[in-house]
Amino acid sequence: MADLTTNFLGISSPNPYWLASAPPTDKEYNVRRAFEAGWGGVVWKTLGAEGPPVVNVNGPRYGAIYGADRRLLGLNNIELITDRPLGVNLEEMARVKADYPDRALIASIMVPCEEEAWKAILPRVAETGADGIELNFGCPHGMSERGMGSAVGQVPEYIEMVTRWCKQYYDRPVIVKLTPNITDIRKPAAAAKNGGADAVSLINTINSITSVNLDTFSPEPSIDGKGSHGGYCGPAVKPIALSMVSEIARAEATHGLPISGIGGVTTWRDAAEFISLGCGTVQVCTAAMTYGFKIIDELTAGLSEWMDEKGYSSIDEVIGRAVPNVTDWQYLNLNYIAKAKIDQDQCIKCGRCYAACEDTSHQAISMSEDRVFEVIDEECVACNLCVDVCPVEDCISMVPMAPGEVDPRTGKEVQPTYANWTTHPNNPMAKAAE
Amino acid sequence: MAQGQMAPGIVAGRLSSDELTSNFTDLHPPLAPHEAAVAADRCYFCYDAPCVTACPTDIDIPLFIRQIQAGQPQSAGRTILEQNILGGMCARVCPTETLCEEACVREAAEGKPVEIGRLQRFATDDIMASGAHPFERAAPTGKTVAVVGAGPAGLACAHRLAMLGHDVVIHESKPKPGGLNEYGIAAYKSTNDFAQAEVDWLLKIGGIAIETGSVLGDSISLDGLLENYNAVFLSIGLAGVNALRAGGVEKDGVRAAVDFISDVRQADELVNLPVGRNVVVIGGGMTAVDAAVKSKLLGAEHVTIAYRRDRDAMGASRYEQDLAASHGVRILTNVQPVAVHGNGTAAEIELEYTSSQNGQLTGTGETIRLPADQVLKAIGQTLDGAPEGLTLDGNKIAVSGAGRTSMSGVWAGGDCAAGGEDLTVTAVAEGRDAAMDIHATLVS
Repeated sequence: MADLTTNFLGISSPNPYWLASAPPTDKEYNVRRAFEAGWGGVVWKTLGAEGPPVVNVNGPRYGAIYGADRRLLGLNNIELITDRPLGVNLEEMARVKADYPDRALIASIMVPCEEEAWKAILPRVAETGADGIELNFGCPHGMSERGMGSAVGQVPEYIEMVTRWCKQYYDRPVIVKLTPNITDIRKPAAAAKNGGADAVSLINTINSITSVNLDTFSPEPSIDGKGSHGGYCGPAVKPIALSMVSEIARAEATHGLPISGIGGVTTWRDAAEFISLGCGTVQVCTAAMTYGFKIIDELTAGLSEWMDEKGYSSIDEVIGRAVPNVTDWQYLNLNYIAKAKIDQDQCIKCGRCYAACEDTSHQAISMSEDRVFEVIDEECVACNLCVDVCPVEDCISMVPMAPGEVDPRTGKEVQPTYANWTTHPNNPMAKAAE
Repeated sequence: MAQGQMAPGIVAGRLSSDELTSNFTDLHPPLAPHEAAVAADRCYFCYDAPCVTACPTDIDIPLFIRQIQAGQPQSAGRTILEQNILGGMCARVCPTETLCEEACVREAAEGKPVEIGRLQRFATDDIMASGAHPFERAAPTGKTVAVVGAGPAGLACAHRLAMLGHDVVIHESKPKPGGLNEYGIAAYKSTNDFAQAEVDWLLKIGGIAIETGSVLGDSISLDGLLENYNAVFLSIGLAGVNALRAGGVEKDGVRAAVDFISDVRQADELVNLPVGRNVVVIGGGMTAVDAAVKSKLLGAEHVTIAYRRDRDAMGASRYEQDLAASHGVRILTNVQPVAVHGNGTAAEIELEYTSSQNGQLTGTGETIRLPADQVLKAIGQTLDGAPEGLTLDGNKIAVSGAGRTSMSGVWAGGDCAAGGEDLTVTAVAEGRDAAMDIHATLVS
């Protein structure tokens, strides 16, 4: 069995699965259950400054998007940071950490953008024995209206400033949690790094309205007929998170900065993908909220089994393996030519590939009277849409053409060499090939 | 006190009322809304979908299933009913396993088709439960059409004609409209008097009058109808029963399966309906299966279907055969009846084994005898009482195009007309298409 032990910023956990700062980590009771179930760590639900506790709405906090059979694909929430007194949370954190020294316990913090506020809370957090802190610069709803959460995360200068304070007043690892509600994720990540952050974690939730009630015309979730945008998460956001993680992993300014990956991790495979794009740990929330803590059994067993199959003995061997393969469009090999191929034995004759190609793509699939669907190589640009809409896995595949073969679409011979847009004759900016 | 399965002879009350009620509940209970959503999600929305091609009424199945997915079962119901006004009954009785569901690509892929029939029922039940009738009549044309027979073909024809603005009078020989939907369909497929409820709902279109007890060749004649109406549609079904060529078939206890089924359908209290202890059904079609299963559900101890050819040749689908088997009906193939024995009343049936060579069936000479206090003949119905002067095609009324008979102004459809399978859904398609042709003729 591959060893899933993770060392992230010097913080050890028996596996890379941490529960993200969210309702599942709001109190001792839940966190103890999580650790008993086998979770590697938790980021405790975000703490606010000392004072009257935060107030939450008393109606629905969540809205959802479903796939077939009410399978939850996306979840949105308008819950704020912890609404329990700071002192209670700190006491509980200290107790839990003492009882579970082998698990990671991170304190998420969100206080106003004032040095005194951070200076006041950080020593109290340190006293709990927490392994590190995560700065919540991400929550897009409620707290952002008060100048916190994503209101900070959207201004790189604030990120750098607050991170610096934290490094000044706290001596354990500082993780900066980033909001995806920005145009270029590399900027806030670089700001965090410049401020001295030990790592970034991302993504926080995405601004969202899950639906509109067509009887009342209120957005959902609806509070007395009104709705406010919430933070979107769950399986639906994974592709966005993977892209943002990869941007940070490969940018010159942030390359090598440790990352804790968040966003729709639901099965071991999602975790492996985040890790391969440079994440040292992954954080999970929606999957646990949907299915309960027991999913950790599949998450750990699955990752371990995959690593065994591939011959990786530690998480470190997987981290960042996919990063060199993330590139810009302009560097993709334009001499790579593939054609769709339909496996007639597997084809169930639904015709979805035909409808998709005929109506919306390149008219590259023919249909006979007896419903035999075949690719017309002269038209096929290998766009992959037929593969994506085919209900049968592996029925349609994209088969690369061998060098020397003639592409029936262009009449040109497939070249064995690599050539990209930067040197393409149609590119007015093209440089001569070196 | 129930008499039990062992009571000899043809007796009522073999099972208690409670047992009978339980036995005759819906074969396929309706889908709950979430079940419908899950079932609908399985549809791939195929291009030029094979299920539509397989449907005799060409219902746009992927569209109505998508409308269920999108939360509008009423729109789904309308999509169905536009093509098939008896979509509710067809959802219950269509042999979907040999039609749409057999053609479903998921049947090919995984042996488990989208549950089209049950989804159709979900949508049509929903629209019928709303009480509203989704169609309106066009402006009156001043034309009146006579429809003979209030079965599926006649009702579908009448509804379409009424929708197009014509007035319709349906002449029905039986006391109630519905035809085989009312008198012939397996009771466990059409529960809660659905057939009459569907007719009542269909008639809400307006412009359709039904005259029951109106018998062609007796109280009315084709010549008379042609004088009084602008067109005539014949949907008189197959009123005759094929004769069983075997000795002793006149004995008590031997009767037509369709009459037995009709008795079950019309029974006020199933507990009063007599059934044999040892029932033998002769035949291999859906009527044979229906009669056999009903006998079993009524409490017969042994029920056997005796069919003269092999299983593959049976008119009943494999699904129907399995349905019979799952109810404990024994299916005996390659046997033909020789004689019914008994002293005035059936006690045994003698069957001879057969072999088939080049389609020719011959008896092998070897016989067996089965106890049989009730013998039900399900060897097919035949055209009876067709008006003089119409050209026949085999034993049915010859038609060309959309149900045009050899006589000007006279159309025919349903089981009495040649061509097509004898299915409710086929009858609906023929009635509808004839109506369109009648309309085109009347307004030209």
